[in-house]
Amino acid sequence: MISDQQLKQLIEAAIFAAEQPVTVEQLLGGVLANFSLNRPRVRQVLEALQHDYQDRGIELVEVATGYRFQTRPELGPALVHMWPERAPRYSAALLETLALIAWRQPVTRGEIEAVRGVSVSTQIMKTLQERGWVKVVGHKEVPGRPALYATTKAFLDYFSLTSISDLPALTQERPALVELDAVNEQADLLTDTRERDAEEENEA
Amino acid sequence: MSEIEKSATSTLISAQQSLPLGFVRGEPIFEQPEDLYIPPEALELMLDLFSGPMDLLLYLIRRQKMDILDLPILRITEQYMTYVDMMRELKLELAAEYLLMAAMLAEIKSRMLLPQTPDDDDDESDPRAELVRRLQEYEIVREGAQQLDQQPQQERDYFIANAETDARELAGQAPPDVSLAELGLALAKVMQLVDAQAHHQIKREHLSTRERMSSILSQLESYGQLQFQQLFVLQEGRAGVIVSFLAILELNKEGLIVLTQAENFSQLYVRKASEKDFDVYQRGG
Repeated sequence: MISDQQLKQLIEAAIFAAEQPVTVEQLLGGVLANFSLNRPRVRQVLEALQHDYQDRGIELVEVATGYRFQTRPELGPALVHMWPERAPRYSAALLETLALIAWRQPVTRGEIEAVRGVSVSTQIMKTLQERGWVKVVGHKEVPGRPALYATTKAFLDYFSLTSISDLPALTQERPALVELDAVNEQADLLTDTRERDAEEENEA
Repeated sequence: MSEIEKSATSTLISAQQSLPLGFVRGEPIFEQPEDLYIPPEALELMLDLFSGPMDLLLYLIRRQKMDILDLPILRITEQYMTYVDMMRELKLELAAEYLLMAAMLAEIKSRMLLPQTPDDDDDESDPRAELVRRLQEYEIVREGAQQLDQQPQQERDYFIANAETDARELAGQAPPDVSLAELGLALAKVMQLVDAQAHHQIKREHLSTRERMSSILSQLESYGQLQFQQLFVLQEGRAGVIVSFLAILELNKEGLIVLTQAENFSQLYVRKASEKDFDVYQRGG
């Protein structure tokens, strides 16, 4: 048998010593293999640990690939002074491309360009793939067989996400073309703007 | 940008209500559109903030607090064109995609200005519909990008915390991946061992440890003290070396020889135990 305190220490040590985030399954099949424990029990211990760390400079967080200890985000601005090189800042274009792939994946380059209204820079796609945030998951069976891009778990981990649905904007449905019923409703609206436009045109 | 348009831009700075501010595409401009004028230096900075024509268009719509669904195409087109003209002056190579949008806006505008025939009403949807849909779609993406940017990012906001452990050493090295060729080589070695084993069994009498103990003792009898490696006959191969080593261990255990060394890692010497050594051995034991 293992005491509550020993169990907590063991899980804490295992997560700290692991080089990658650790899942409950990995804990149960690894360091806890010799103790008959179930998932709820381990989750309970993880919660207790999170509670223990709530006032500390380190926190226990769950990301896409499991649990990990990391420094508190509030400390980031001060901690970056420990290293001479500045943290990478990603351009709006890169973040939009990334968000778009996350939202509409699997998606082709052409589809990305259609939404953003600009050609996708090769450099951006290269950076996204080098960072391991985006990968080619297949090819669309249309002429030219364009590559289909999708986001990875490494992307979720980097941005402290457990899933894409953590970004509320990207849970929205793709807007549909205004339907016929809506067009009828909007017919008035349409006429209004036409009159307004015409008036403005005349004023000018 | 033509001379007239340049003067239009400069006139914008000294905004006067009574006189036209300038002429854009031959049309006199009386009013500076709300939130429109931006000093060229600032615009240059702002350009980097816009990630493309959709972004600029959305910015214009939002700054005017206009509903995307009620897109006043005329005003938006005019404002958009003013920006594009300024951009063309500052950063010509940027313009292509912005010009494409300008052309699209102009096309929608012209279609909007055409008289609407009753037939069109059902067959043809609002010319703005596709643009509106694209704007809505782009807005979702832009919002998603902003939310993404606000997420705690590794190296910018947080750093992974790890602890050192020596548990890995206890666990031992993970065996590396083995290729088929290496597997073949390993098998060959086993076969060699089988041969060696057979050979060894035949010669067991010859390489007896007890016998080797005797021969070592007689060597020491003759030479007094010998270097450790002098006790081995390299021609006997591995098996012979092992037998000699076992014999030395056994002799040492029985207190018949004494192993000496001046300091760590230096030469090992072997000599026959004397009466004195034997007494120490006995008392110590």
